[in-house]
Amino acid sequence: MDDLWTLILVLGLGTFLLRFSFLGLMMGRQFPRWARRWLRYTPVAVLPGLVAPMVLWPDITGGEVDPARLCAAVITVLLGVVTRSTLYAILGGAAMLYGLLWMLQ
Amino acid sequence: MLRRSFLLGLQASAPFILVIVPFALLFGVVATEAGLNLAQTMGFSILMVAGAAQFVALQLSQENAPTLVILITALAVNLRLMMYSAALAPLVGQASLWQRIVIAYTLTDQSFALTMDMAERAPRPLPEILAFYAGTAVPTVLLWYVFTLVGAVAGTAIPESFALDFALPITFLAMLAPMLRTLAHVAACLTSVLGSLALAGVPYGMGVLVAALLAMAVGAQVETWQKREAA
Repeated sequence: MDDLWTLILVLGLGTFLLRFSFLGLMMGRQFPRWARRWLRYTPVAVLPGLVAPMVLWPDITGGEVDPARLCAAVITVLLGVVTRSTLYAILGGAAMLYGLLWMLQ
Repeated sequence: MLRRSFLLGLQASAPFILVIVPFALLFGVVATEAGLNLAQTMGFSILMVAGAAQFVALQLSQENAPTLVILITALAVNLRLMMYSAALAPLVGQASLWQRIVIAYTLTDQSFALTMDMAERAPRPLPEILAFYAGTAVPTVLLWYVFTLVGAVAGTAIPESFALDFALPITFLAMLAPMLRTLAHVAACLTSVLGSLALAGVPYGMGVLVAALLAMAVGAQVETWQKREAA
């Protein structure tokens, strides 16, 4: 299992270096204005792309579209947009997911 | 004032408790079932502090994938953290080296998204941003450790009917939806979705990163157009 410890240590170090990269290098310098404009969109550019395949093709159904998961995702987004509240979005999405899973089983 | 910023950060991150706790439990349980001892399981959660990548590394090592493949795949899953680092740098680049090291170690999707959102609503002095960030990061990281431990010690299989596979998508969607404030944000979001679906076949999750770059470009361009129209 020494191999596993090597893996854990290298993954830990590698992950830290990815996180530290720009934070470490900046040293008080500024990105140019156009780059800062791009970077402002990082959250809305990364998170939807990460989630989209998980919503449409969940691993747990072997990649088949699952109505319960799809509806839960839609409700989460709608509630989040309308209420501007992450909490209500999570609660609503979870309620929809469990409700539909229960009804459709 | 700093106390208030810290508390605001705590408050903003509170909804994620609902998700971090089961997700960390799940990691503890799955790692223990996979034959990892307590130190190794905790090693993952303490050294990586990265939910999705930890599951990927664990799963690949169960499939006896070559170590190099595991490293590349898990770090590719984490490559988005480098984008987060770049996006946070203009906000906290003036912080001391130690502060930036601590920020880097604790940087997660949640803390990043909440801090960017807070700073975008109104410009704030650095100490307030740091206090807010700390308020989001401290509970996230502590809960991740503690409930990995609980999962590893108490671990019995969590039934599939709990649908914990969907905890992560719901969290990310719930973080993201309130950020869709302008046409530029919506355009970036749609580009990211369409791009990542179209590039879903690209290995090591690189499709998501390409889609993210496209989406950032689209967001920035729409913002420029809107400013020109408003001017």
